Amino acid sequence: MDLDLLTVLIVLLPLVGAVLTGLVPLFLRSFRAHKGLLGAVGTLVVAIPFGLAAWIFVQGGSQTHVTSLYTWMAAGDFSVSITYRIDQLSIIMTLVVTGVGALIHLYAVGYMYSDRCFWKFFAYLNLFIFMMLNLVLADNLLVLFLGWEGVGLCSYLLIGFWYEKHKNSVAASKAFIVNRVGDFAFLLAMFILVKELGSLDFGAIFSGMESLSAGSVTAVVLLLFIGATGKSAQIPLFVWLPDAMAGPTPVSALIHAATMVTSGLYLLARLSPLVLMAPGVMMLIAIVGAATALVAATIALTQQDIKRVLAYSTVSQLGYMFMAAGVGAFFVAVFHVVTHAFFKACLFLGSGSVIHGMHHVELELRREGYEGDFDAQDMRYMGGLKKYMPITRWTYLLSTFAIAGIPFTAGFFSKDEILFKAFEFGFDGHTYAWIVWAVGIATALLTAFYMTRSYMLTFEGSSRWPKPSNLHPHESPWSMTLPLILLGALSLVGGFIGLPKVAEEFGLHNWIHGFLVGYEGRAGPVAEPEMHAHVSLWLESALIALGALIAVIGVVWAWRFFARHELGGDELIRGRFGALYQWCRTSYYWDRLYDRSIVRPVIGGAEKVFAPFDQRIVDGLVNAIARIMQAFSWLFGRLQTGIVQNYALAIVLGVVLILALMAF
Amino acid sequence: MGVPLSWYLTLSAVLFSIGVTGVLFRSNLIVILMSVELMLNAVNLTLIAFSQYMGDVSGQILVFFVMAVAAAEAAIGLAIVIAIFRNKLTVDINNINLFRH
Amino acid sequence: MFAEKVFVVASLVAVVSALGMLISRSPVRSALWLILTLFCVAGLYLTLSAEFIAVVQILVYAGAIMVLFLFVIMLLNLGALPNLERVDFKKGVGFVLGVAILAQLVFLGATAVGDFPAAASDPEATGAATAIAKELFTRYALPFEMIGILLLVATIGAVMLAKHRFE
Repeated sequence: MDLDLLTVLIVLLPLVGAVLTGLVPLFLRSFRAHKGLLGAVGTLVVAIPFGLAAWIFVQGGSQTHVTSLYTWMAAGDFSVSITYRIDQLSIIMTLVVTGVGALIHLYAVGYMYSDRCFWKFFAYLNLFIFMMLNLVLADNLLVLFLGWEGVGLCSYLLIGFWYEKHKNSVAASKAFIVNRVGDFAFLLAMFILVKELGSLDFGAIFSGMESLSAGSVTAVVLLLFIGATGKSAQIPLFVWLPDAMAGPTPVSALIHAATMVTSGLYLLARLSPLVLMAPGVMMLIAIVGAATALVAATIALTQQDIKRVLAYSTVSQLGYMFMAAGVGAFFVAVFHVVTHAFFKACLFLGSGSVIHGMHHVELELRREGYEGDFDAQDMRYMGGLKKYMPITRWTYLLSTFAIAGIPFTAGFFSKDEILFKAFEFGFDGHTYAWIVWAVGIATALLTAFYMTRSYMLTFEGSSRWPKPSNLHPHESPWSMTLPLILLGALSLVGGFIGLPKVAEEFGLHNWIHGFLVGYEGRAGPVAEPEMHAHVSLWLESALIALGALIAVIGVVWAWRFFARHELGGDELIRGRFGALYQWCRTSYYWDRLYDRSIVRPVIGGAEKVFAPFDQRIVDGLVNAIARIMQAFSWLFGRLQTGIVQNYALAIVLGVVLILALMAF
Repeated sequence: MGVPLSWYLTLSAVLFSIGVTGVLFRSNLIVILMSVELMLNAVNLTLIAFSQYMGDVSGQILVFFVMAVAAAEAAIGLAIVIAIFRNKLTVDINNINLFRH
Repeated sequence: MFAEKVFVVASLVAVVSALGMLISRSPVRSALWLILTLFCVAGLYLTLSAEFIAVVQILVYAGAIMVLFLFVIMLLNLGALPNLERVDFKKGVGFVLGVAILAQLVFLGATAVGDFPAAASDPEATGAATAIAKELFTRYALPFEMIGILLLVATIGAVMLAKHRFE
């Protein structure tokens, strides 16, 4: 098949789906009730692109293919086309986006089935997939930015999907506004590139980057990184992601865990040759990533809302990816994106399944006249769910192992590779990488601990909701459990695409490294720094063993601790750490800091400055224009005498003048 | 044909100008309509003259259409005159200024 | 030459009767003057060997349109209205403009007189009913049908307008 056609199909099918599930029911109300049909269409338009992408991948995914559709805009020497690029990096991202996306769509059919705006949800989800594909398949920064803004928009729409609750609308606005800060930096980076290189095509950027001055390279990479911190929820712009959990759980799984939040990282990986030219910024990236990973992990330890735990865990894992990018191991970052997409989507969907079941319990309780507090997302009301939701439990446990890095699960390979690369980079003479590595190890321990805590509080122990003896949640329908099983399986085996170097001893090689970076003279789309020193094999084996040990220790420790104390474990930790615990609990007062330092001064200043400005100058200007119009209309109104002959006179006068023009 | 084309054109110009003057000069609606008919005739005359001098039958067909349109216009125009007369009991155009601002 | 004599007579009568239409005080007289003009124009068509159009001119204009005019004038009994018209500034401007248009048209014609086509070899051929009919029902068949629809619409419109009093 024609690769151009395939690319266009991959990109446009989700858009077609968005139109079918969005515009059609919008105007033909009778379609809204056909939820099965809408769900099937919405899922198929994501599943088919996955099939096509897989076909490309199997046939010849190692070739770079550029599809130019049309010129979007042209001004003088500068022109931007709608151009898509299929290469190793974009195909792997496309596979993740459409593959995980299709599973989550399927899941959403079951999860959202009773929702009134089912059709709208699928329209937004499909639109999101379309935008995300624009982002990952773009061949120039502007198309990428189009997708970048598009996924931001869809994220906003989906976080505020249940906009009847004010809290959700506020969360949506927060996500959008915080993202704008990053987008602004991204725009500035593009301006610099246009000014310096006159083009935004990736090819032109890579061929022209040698001629850039060191200052402008640093500026561009720094601005791009700030853009990435917004989208990928890094310090200091991570505050929107935990609040984004206000959206429906499939959204959290798809957008705020598996795909959209990784786009910042994709951007860095895509422009990795450019990033490598700015070692100062790379150091910043690594340190910010490490700090984010640690901070978010400590916050996740103290959260009681199951989705907020996962949200902070996402922030923490994204921090890992940035650590990898900061030490030049972009391919490992992408590797972690892939494995993280598997296990984090599985975790979120599992939590969704739990919430679905607990919501059922809540409805039953309310019907029986229960008046007390209850929150379907709060782990304090859960516990002992393994009896009632076996599939959810096993998949959740599996992906908990994966994220903790238990040996031979997906997270084990990617996380250890990140830590190893950080170590190797430090070995190569970059001192900061040692710190990053140490923070990474500490975070790995925390990760294993808090994820096991969330598993234990949810699925093990005693049931803590009211009246556990006469009512309990049920396992979710197959459309929700099937994606769980598939993603759980992927969390188990997904890591084998990126085996550590030790495996070379057994005749195996790191497939994803060869695929993305290139091997045997073939260059891939992702660059990596040149290493001068080599870590010896035994040291690497030792590091891997250390990583595995850390994970096992974290899991076993947390397991024993929470099996004995259950909910009381939190109290014990609080008692041990006191103020520090409170500090973490409130997200390091980050929101309050922003509120006091930025939000309130801006609003107060706006009230003082812009309210009078609006009333006097803007309104005054508008009124002045209106008065001028009034005067003119009065003047011209005088001409409307209503007597036809006067009009005829004017016409003939015009004819005479035109004839006069012709004659002379 | 012994008559030169310019003669016809001159005559047509004269008739057209009389029609224009009629439209601008008279205040009786019906006479104004008649003046419009006269202007149409003047134009028809040029069309026929050119058609015959150039040996192209299209001009005459155009005249044919103009006549049909003139008939339609006269019918509608007179119906409007009747309607206005019923309402205002006058056909003096200076007294009809419903569209006055 | 016979045609030239006819032209001179017919054109003089046409101009005089057109002026008569312009200055008659009674609308009935105006209409009668106009009918005379239309007859003269039909005669001029004959000097151009356009017999078909000449006949249609008499049938449609003199026979149908002008009868309609007279009919309306009599229906409204307009002859009885006082029709002494004032000459004011507007009328003066109108007269000046009419003269201006005449002068400009003549001037334009005079400057272009060298470009006028010479007489066609066979004016009879283009003026004949068969030639017109052939074109009308082949190349201009669609406009012809449209004109039919236009007349139908005009008829309905006229009936609707004249039927009721304006509210």
